[in-house]
Amino acid sequence: MSLLTRPLPCQELVELVTAYFDGSLSWTDRRRFRRHIGGCDNCAAYVEQMRLVIKASGRLTEDDIDPAAREELLEAFRGWKDERA
Amino acid sequence: MTESHEQELVQRLRDGDESAFAELIDAYGATMLRVAQMFVRDRASAEEVVQETWLAVINGIERFEGRSSLKTWLFRILTNRAKTRGQRDGRTVPFSSLAGAGEEDEPSVDPDRFLGADSAEPGAWAAPPRAWPQDKILEKETLGVIQMAIEELPDAQREVIRLRDVEGWTPMEVADALEITDGNQRVLLHRARSKVRAALERYLDPDIAGGTA
Repeated sequence: MSLLTRPLPCQELVELVTAYFDGSLSWTDRRRFRRHIGGCDNCAAYVEQMRLVIKASGRLTEDDIDPAAREELLEAFRGWKDERA
Repeated sequence: MTESHEQELVQRLRDGDESAFAELIDAYGATMLRVAQMFVRDRASAEEVVQETWLAVINGIERFEGRSSLKTWLFRILTNRAKTRGQRDGRTVPFSSLAGAGEEDEPSVDPDRFLGADSAEPGAWAAPPRAWPQDKILEKETLGVIQMAIEELPDAQREVIRLRDVEGWTPMEVADALEITDGNQRVLLHRARSKVRAALERYLDPDIAGGTA
């Protein structure tokens, strides 16, 4: 069996999901990955779960800057502006 | 931020427009403080580094040529300064251990969930994942589980998943801002996502999830 057609075990596939999403797998590995999830419901479910993790993480609220720190920076900005003027 | 909006913002900053500065602070201020904290000893040092960075931005905005995005430029200044400061204070940066990131074995999924080497199909699922109820994924309580799982990650993994998945940065922006390679940010992100997935599985499908990752 050539390297090209060596099947990808499920346990190896789970390590490649992020690289697959990022489009950073080699052409050969991408092909092995796609072929595998095309025929393996378990791994297809796994990949779907990873997609859901990403989607849900995107719904989390981003941190806001502390209002006091914000005010301090704006004040500093006025100072810098005056210095420059 | 679109390119044309960014150009407009740069011009307003050059004109000394405070609302443009406020917009930048609101967009990146909290993230800057978090990133700075990765490199320096304590919060006070991080705040100083952020303050210095803003000053450098204001003073340097005339010379900003737009060869990179404003965001990239800003975080480059920040990380440079934070790194220098951290080194001076003798802080060990979580990213400095990254060179060996691929060596230690940290499987994405508990190895017990796969068939062993002596089975007919080594590496195939023994306890496969099951589809999650779609309607539960974006529920507040589920998001809380994700938030908690992210909080519990090691520093570098936590920061990378926040930047990439919570704040939507590109791989290149993350690698650039944290001064790590594209490969490193991906390894960190993958570990982070895998652990969050495992935590989510323990919550949504407790029967199947053993002690995953």
